[in-house]
Amino acid sequence: MNRFANPTRFLRVASAVLPWSAGITALTLTAGFVLALLVSPPDYQQGEAVRIMYVHVPAAWMSMFVYGNMAIAAAVGLVWKHPLADLFSKAAAPIGAGFTAVCLITGSMWGAPMWGTWWVWDARLTSVLILFFLYLGYIALVNAFDDENRGTAAGNVLLLVGAVNIPIIKFSVDWWNTLHQPSSVSRLGAPAVDGSMLLPLLVMVIGFTAYFITVVLLRLRSEILQRKIQSIRFTEQTHS
Amino acid sequence: MSEYFAMGGYAAYVWPAYAVTLVMLVATLAATLLGLRRREAMVKALEAARAPRGARRASPANEPTLSTAATAATPAESGAQ
Repeated sequence: MNRFANPTRFLRVASAVLPWSAGITALTLTAGFVLALLVSPPDYQQGEAVRIMYVHVPAAWMSMFVYGNMAIAAAVGLVWKHPLADLFSKAAAPIGAGFTAVCLITGSMWGAPMWGTWWVWDARLTSVLILFFLYLGYIALVNAFDDENRGTAAGNVLLLVGAVNIPIIKFSVDWWNTLHQPSSVSRLGAPAVDGSMLLPLLVMVIGFTAYFITVVLLRLRSEILQRKIQSIRFTEQTHS
Repeated sequence: MSEYFAMGGYAAYVWPAYAVTLVMLVATLAATLLGLRRREAMVKALEAARAPRGARRASPANEPTLSTAATAATPAESGAQ
């Protein structure tokens, strides 16, 4: 892992990965939208409204996946003072917040016709709303310090404390009876979703993941440049 | 065609959901690329402002008389980049 602590080496690896991840993103997202909007059948109960699933569920999974990665990076950053781990969380947070917002908004748009309500204060929806605020809180916290290292250290602690929310989100639909349906894809036994709907869903998940990898690598490159700008300015100040 | 866009009566929910998703994906990517371009330009400008030192360093090393007096930075310092 420490081999990638060197920003120059990391940038070289990132440059090699980026064309591939960008190509896979473009292909799978295009295929995913075509499958979701044109090929997949309407649901026997929900009709065409079921198509919201193909953006809502991948966004929900990404909101937890990105946070999980940030929490791991926070531990790595705190324990080994790994500089790229701190930059990773900073780079990933806005993307994760975006996915969480999409999850909440599309969930509302699905709930309105299917449940008869845009919002309900049940465990699932409330814990995802808390996840959204954790993202916003992290972004605000790391930017609130003049000393960037203190900012990321405080942010890392917040990420680790907030990680308790992830299993709560995951199991909320099993622990409490709510309007939100329980897991129908990742459960013991076969998924309770038909193949004609599972395929577009999985293609979308791959597309969202590839999108995240692409954008987070670009943002990491940007964060490394920001560090470089600061160090150039710092040496100029001390030399003049 | 219009039947397709009606989404079986759920057009008011399905299309905005997809629009929100697309807007988030495109806006995040656009903001990322803009920030990256801005910082790349900034690094270029800062390094250009510093370039004369590098140019002096590239000149024959055993003529220290004029160059060391003119610059505060020694080759060792500017070589740290």
